[in-house]
Amino acid sequence: MTTTFTLNGKPMSAEVPDDTPLLWVIRETANLTGTKFGCGIGMCGACTVHVEGRATRSCITPVNLVDGAAITTIEGLSADNSHPLQKAWVTCQVPQCGYCQSGQIMQAAAMLKDIPQPSDADIDGVMSGNLCRCMAYVRIRSAIKIAAVEMHGVAPPAAAASAPATPASTPEVAKHA
Amino acid sequence: MRRLVRALAILLGIVILGLVVFAVWAWRSAIDPITPPVATSFDPALVAKGEKLADAGYCLTCHTPPKGKPYAGGLPMVTAFGTIYSTNITPDPATGIGNWSLEAFTRALHEGVARDGSHLFPAFPYDHFTKVSDDDVKALYAFMMTRPAVAQTAPANTVPFPLDIRLLQAGWKLLYFKQGRYQPVPDRSAEWNRGAYLAEGLSHCSACHTPRNALGAEKQDAHLAGAAIDGWFAPALTAANTAPVPWSAGEVHDYLRNGGTAYHGVAAGPMSEVVHQGYALLDDADVNAVALYIASINGAADRKADVGQIVGDALARSRYDASQAGDHGAALYMSACAACHYNPTSGPQLARPELGLKSSISAADPTNLVQVILNGIGVKGGLPGAMMPAFGVGMTDDDVAAIAIYLRKSRTTLPPWTDVPGVVAKVRSGKTT
Repeated sequence: MTTTFTLNGKPMSAEVPDDTPLLWVIRETANLTGTKFGCGIGMCGACTVHVEGRATRSCITPVNLVDGAAITTIEGLSADNSHPLQKAWVTCQVPQCGYCQSGQIMQAAAMLKDIPQPSDADIDGVMSGNLCRCMAYVRIRSAIKIAAVEMHGVAPPAAAASAPATPASTPEVAKHA
Repeated sequence: MRRLVRALAILLGIVILGLVVFAVWAWRSAIDPITPPVATSFDPALVAKGEKLADAGYCLTCHTPPKGKPYAGGLPMVTAFGTIYSTNITPDPATGIGNWSLEAFTRALHEGVARDGSHLFPAFPYDHFTKVSDDDVKALYAFMMTRPAVAQTAPANTVPFPLDIRLLQAGWKLLYFKQGRYQPVPDRSAEWNRGAYLAEGLSHCSACHTPRNALGAEKQDAHLAGAAIDGWFAPALTAANTAPVPWSAGEVHDYLRNGGTAYHGVAAGPMSEVVHQGYALLDDADVNAVALYIASINGAADRKADVGQIVGDALARSRYDASQAGDHGAALYMSACAACHYNPTSGPQLARPELGLKSSISAADPTNLVQVILNGIGVKGGLPGAMMPAFGVGMTDDDVAAIAIYLRKSRTTLPPWTDVPGVVAKVRSGKTT
């Protein structure tokens, strides 16, 4: 069956069985590998993408459920790695191994639309489904708070505004930007 | 002996006479076929009116299978009496209703009889459409006769003998069918009557929301009391509805218009089609009228409910606390569900369904909750733009059951559900009857 949707703003048509996971189409058909396969059962958050702007676990999303939708992956979150979360990620040097970070960033970006000024409880509540085996949770929380401040038009803490994304810390973002 | 023979002969005579009387009574003659009318012969305003009415009756939903041609039929409807396929209602003369006159079309809607005189199965809800006014039937006819004709015959029904004898359907009608147009209730407002006319007629709400008896007829003493349908549970539209916040007219309107509200559930399963295919084109005045009628049925205005208190309780119940440590369902919920269902203290957000407010958690059984967890909700259904993945892909039946049990326990004070794993297995198997 053919499923059509837009992927990072570009029309996309996939000739795959209806129950093919969206993650497969993103990684194998569109060759966008910033979105990661983690657990494959919707329990770790590594595969998080945006469907119509809302965070969604792509590994357990049959592609027919997103027919006609606008899908955004980490590669499409911003044109030049300039999303406040991406910048804060660099500022805080969040990742250690980096495997979970695209999912973390996509989940956090969606959260900041729903809850622009999240409390610690809000961050725990929403981000609890995004696991980080390196235990970078403290830095993840800091980066989210820095980004929340910037997105509200309040001056961000020093160095956050213009820090470049380095390939070492955000390899997939850099590769597909 | 002779006396016995005579008695038997008399009995046989009575039976035969009875059958003849029934056959004569049940017999409907064919209405002459017509040359399909030219599309331009219909007043465009009448066609436009008919389109809205067709949407109010979800004609498209039943008469079109997934990815099928509009109105060309073939959607299987699994009933306790076999599978019935919807028919082609495009104006194709050979396989559709192209040679049906307005008279034949009207008789089908009002009496459940096809043009050729055969009795229709009540899978076609003529027991509701009989309430539709002649003017509205005329508009529906104009709309249907101006659709693109599709030559396509529906697969044969699998209703077994003798239930497939069309004449016997007349017997069903004798027992359960009351013919007649909608009669306005004098002491109700015009808007209320408009809502009742649509809800009880074209929109046939009770076809899903009213339980049926052994012969498939709606139980009149349980009107809109909630019923199992197609692997889902259509909740009660009466005061028996279990949603914590009352279904006021405003809430019903927003639900029908948007597919969900922050204080109530999301239109999933068959109801999603009602909202997004059926009611989408309806004028807001009509949606308001239906909402007003439904709210009057459920007695929302009489419920002294403190919505703020109910919502506050639901939010408080949604919080994870240390006492839940070790609960497998709670752990799964935090990993798999909370990212989308968590709400900040400012209150439930529309696209973050607050599960403690949903009738799927407070319902008598977990069918609807399990359906949604296993199969998700597509981006075009439910709340448009807010989809849910299909957790059945990765979770075992035990995992899904653990989440359902956890939600029932943490979000409500109601008694636990029984046999949740059994429900999960049944829903996953897709065997709904």
